Amino acid sequence: MVEWTEQERTIITTIFSNLDYEDVGPKALARCLIVYPWTQRYFASFGNLYNAEAIKTNPNIAAHGTKVLHGLDRAVKNLDNIKATYAELSVLHSEKLHVDPDNFKLLADCLTIVIAAKLGSAFTPETQAAFQKFLAVVVSALGRQYH
Amino acid sequence: MTYLGAKDKDTVKAFWGKVSAKAEDIGQDALSRMLVVYPQTKTYFAHWQDLSPGSAPVKKHGATIMAGVGDAVSKIDDLTAGLLNLSELHAFTLRVDPANFKILAHNILVVLAIRLPSDFTPEVHVAIDKFLAAVARALSEKYR
Repeated sequence: MVEWTEQERTIITTIFSNLDYEDVGPKALARCLIVYPWTQRYFASFGNLYNAEAIKTNPNIAAHGTKVLHGLDRAVKNLDNIKATYAELSVLHSEKLHVDPDNFKLLADCLTIVIAAKLGSAFTPETQAAFQKFLAVVVSALGRQYH
Repeated sequence: MTYLGAKDKDTVKAFWGKVSAKAEDIGQDALSRMLVVYPQTKTYFAHWQDLSPGSAPVKKHGATIMAGVGDAVSKIDDLTAGLLNLSELHAFTLRVDPANFKILAHNILVVLAIRLPSDFTPEVHVAIDKFLAAVARALSEKYR
């Protein structure tokens, strides 16, 4: 059972309430596909991923990045119950999408970097700690139903 | 995984030109973050009086680390040879578990994103990530 302090809850909900999903989502996913090119294996049907420019301007990737980021909303609204909240999504990623759960951490790291760039010095060490803790719990929950 | 092509090296050197002026500050910030976000890393600094962000020992050591990274940039064509002494230091004296190199690298990347948001593009990110991994590998050479 994850324990959250009041400060951590505030940090996490504040980040998401001020988030530009259509900007951050696409940037995080594109960065993941560029920095960790093997992750492109899951997007063979998404069109041109030939180079960084193509990835950054690919509308399918942009749409998917926004979708993935909105997927985190449920965790933000259910901080005390992330494992149960994501049970179905975990099964989906395992049984249908066949995503190696190690990839969740790679995307989480890219999301951290994009948020850091957006918030600048407001992304203090404490903010970073709370945000990374949140992502670690999400990543763990998404990997939970794999067998 | 840690093979640096010519393009990677050029990207790293060009980007480092923009970083070097702020290197001490970046080092201090990265180290501060590591100690806060990954508290297990504090175990290596039990001999410091003050581990809080921006404290004197953190500032000094952050600068030391970034000077080492900057030196690695100049030796990018042969990191194993160039970082031999540092590798022996980390292997036999400091005995830092190599998993921590990755942790520190991540925090350096976060600070680069904060300080140079428009320069730290995905293309630069991948080159720097590969470079820091290559540095970590060179530092681990003498461990066993």
